[in-house]
Amino acid sequence: MTRMTLGKALNAGLRRALEADPKVLLAGEDIGKLGGVFRITEGLQKDFGEHRVIDSPLAESGIVGTAVGMAMRGYRPVVEIQFDGFVYPAYDQIVTQLAKFHFRTRGRQRLPVVIRIPYAGGIGAIEHHSESPEAYFAHTPGLKVVTCATPHDAYWMIQQAIASDDPVVFLEPKRRYHDKGEVDESASPLPLHQAQVVRPGRDVTLLAYGPMVRTCLDAAAAAEEEGRDLEVVDLRTLSPLDTATVVASVQRTGRAVVVHEAQQNLGLGAELAARISEHCFYNLEAPVLRVAGYDMPYPPSRVEHQYLPDLDRVLDAVDRSMAY
Amino acid sequence: MSPTTADETDLVQLLTPEGERVQHPDYQFDGDDAEIAGYLRDMVLGRRLDTEATALQRQGELGLWASLLGQEAAQVGSARALGPNDVVFPSYREHAVALCMGVDPVDLLGLFRGVDLGDWDAEGTRFRNYTLVIGSQTLHATGYAMALERDGMVGNGSAEQDAAVVAYFGDGATSQGDVNESFVFASSYNAPVVFFCQNNQWAISEPMSRQSRIPLYRRASGFGFPGVRVDGNDVLAVRAVTERALDRARNGGGPTLVEAYTYRMGAHTTSDDPSKYRLADELETWRLRDPIERVKALLRTSGAADERFFADLAQEADDLAADLRRRCLQLQAPDLHAMFADVYAEQTDYLTAQQQTFREYVDSFETGADQQSTTEVSR
Ligand SMILES: Cc1ncc(C[n+]2csc(CCOP(=O)(O)OP(=O)(O)O)c2C)c(N)n1
Ligand SMILES: [Mg+2]
Repeated sequence: MTRMTLGKALNAGLRRALEADPKVLLAGEDIGKLGGVFRITEGLQKDFGEHRVIDSPLAESGIVGTAVGMAMRGYRPVVEIQFDGFVYPAYDQIVTQLAKFHFRTRGRQRLPVVIRIPYAGGIGAIEHHSESPEAYFAHTPGLKVVTCATPHDAYWMIQQAIASDDPVVFLEPKRRYHDKGEVDESASPLPLHQAQVVRPGRDVTLLAYGPMVRTCLDAAAAAEEEGRDLEVVDLRTLSPLDTATVVASVQRTGRAVVVHEAQQNLGLGAELAARISEHCFYNLEAPVLRVAGYDMPYPPSRVEHQYLPDLDRVLDAVDRSMAY
Repeated sequence: MSPTTADETDLVQLLTPEGERVQHPDYQFDGDDAEIAGYLRDMVLGRRLDTEATALQRQGELGLWASLLGQEAAQVGSARALGPNDVVFPSYREHAVALCMGVDPVDLLGLFRGVDLGDWDAEGTRFRNYTLVIGSQTLHATGYAMALERDGMVGNGSAEQDAAVVAYFGDGATSQGDVNESFVFASSYNAPVVFFCQNNQWAISEPMSRQSRIPLYRRASGFGFPGVRVDGNDVLAVRAVTERALDRARNGGGPTLVEAYTYRMGAHTTSDDPSKYRLADELETWRLRDPIERVKALLRTSGAADERFFADLAQEADDLAADLRRRCLQLQAPDLHAMFADVYAEQTDYLTAQQQTFREYVDSFETGADQQSTTEVSR
């Protein structure tokens, strides 16, 4: 067990992946000497060399497109997109190429590429630096999409994503990079595509992922003082969704609130609500409610605290759910 | 040839770092001393604005600031070459261009303070919106130029009737697909656009050599239009080179790539720590090529400016900074409720309903339904 930040846990996980498999490569803007703008790759170029930890030219489509080519030669590229809002120049390569090769080749061509993206808001950043693009990727067949909420998961999930033979979009909650927690380096980790009940409760299920897990845990702690017992599920995997864990929880509580930073319209909450209504119709005491970003572009940072789901908005939804 | 060192033979220079005027076979600067003194003023004010904004960031009044330090001549020389109808598509560091074009400097701070997303009069000033997504604006600039041409604003024979566009971007940006596509479109349609690349040697931590093995200006020839490299710290040369490129564009000659060879004297932004990736020596070398010092030296030797002039200018700069600071502190957060109306030109019922829900939610705190959380929401 080692106590470390989520950012350091990612660094340690990447280091272990580089050590374990000589085919693992890292590429991205400023990831070498600088160690990335969030220092997630700090020290890795020094220890593994410029051929394995590669500073890329400033071109996201190029970064992902060349990763596809390298993967065709048996490499396992892990690319860093500097910020969520800068993944779009690479979107074409991700959705038309990376996501489809396995299908097009009837399974002969595997592309084990990991795309790491620091995502979501809450850090007072300027525009394009606080976005939650997960639904675009989760909507695309052929891609897997995961996100970590704790240092322990960060450490293990990045290694599992790299070991996966499918392309994985790996979303890192940037506002939690400095959160500390215990990492058990010798544990046998939960499977990558499994959700986890991180706080059991009886009254309402809160479904969250990435940066919102802690928000929901805080909300659950506050609700406890008012005598409410909230269950919190950390989804961890957004595509595929772990329907079984979600359904089991909602069948127990009869109530579900989905919480995500991404805009509400056609977000993960919509899919979760649909699955819950399909599987838990007779258990439901209330409609599935969503607490999400409003359906506008991410606003200026001085009002992001009003835009983002927070403890109060989560508890407000819990109240509404309980009122049914 | 190394792309990271200035090759004297292909660098247009009219004023040396020591402040001496030199001749160039193709370019000359015809302005008088008063004009040069005007450029000095622009550069000094630009630098002072920048210093103040950096200080404001340090004090928590701005979330971030992208400094122009060292790039004053590239920005002022190019901005002062603009004709009355020419339009600028900036990147995010062109604060001195904005100043020259009459943008109220406090309006530049909103984006960095997090109170708006770049809210100046982009049409009236002809200084369009800042673009943080590297390279995107070069395509907008090209499309805008194509539209100017369609509207008959090219080739009428005078800067009063004609118009051209300047797209600003960095050395790192030249790797982006969008920038290369803009070169293709501009060339294919012979669009009246000047691609003004401020090669400040760094894209955050990545040196020029990561982006290109040949000098950037030479890329243009592969796309079918001229490229020229100018000493980006020489305001006279930048002015002359940009003016020529703009004339060419307005006259229907098509695009030009200007590579202003300069240096980012500061950090990439206030979030960056350049000591992690570059040597202090390099900074020292470039300090000797300072764009402002050489103009001061020139004006001193020619007798066009005395100490009194410099003192007055310093005072004017301090006044600008004080005013900027005062008004920056008054910039308030926007009303999120009102912003629901900004998403679409034609509002949707769905969003109107969401806006209403938001209002009711916020009001539920204000009516005291939950005293403890009131501060949370209206913070
Ligand atoms: C599409 C995109 N990718 C990455 C970034 C992050 N980023 C911001 S500035 C920058 C470097 C830009 O370098 P350059 O074009 O030389 O301009 P400079 O900052 O030096 O003026 C990077 C990588 C971005 N803003 N947009
Ligand atoms: Mg640069």
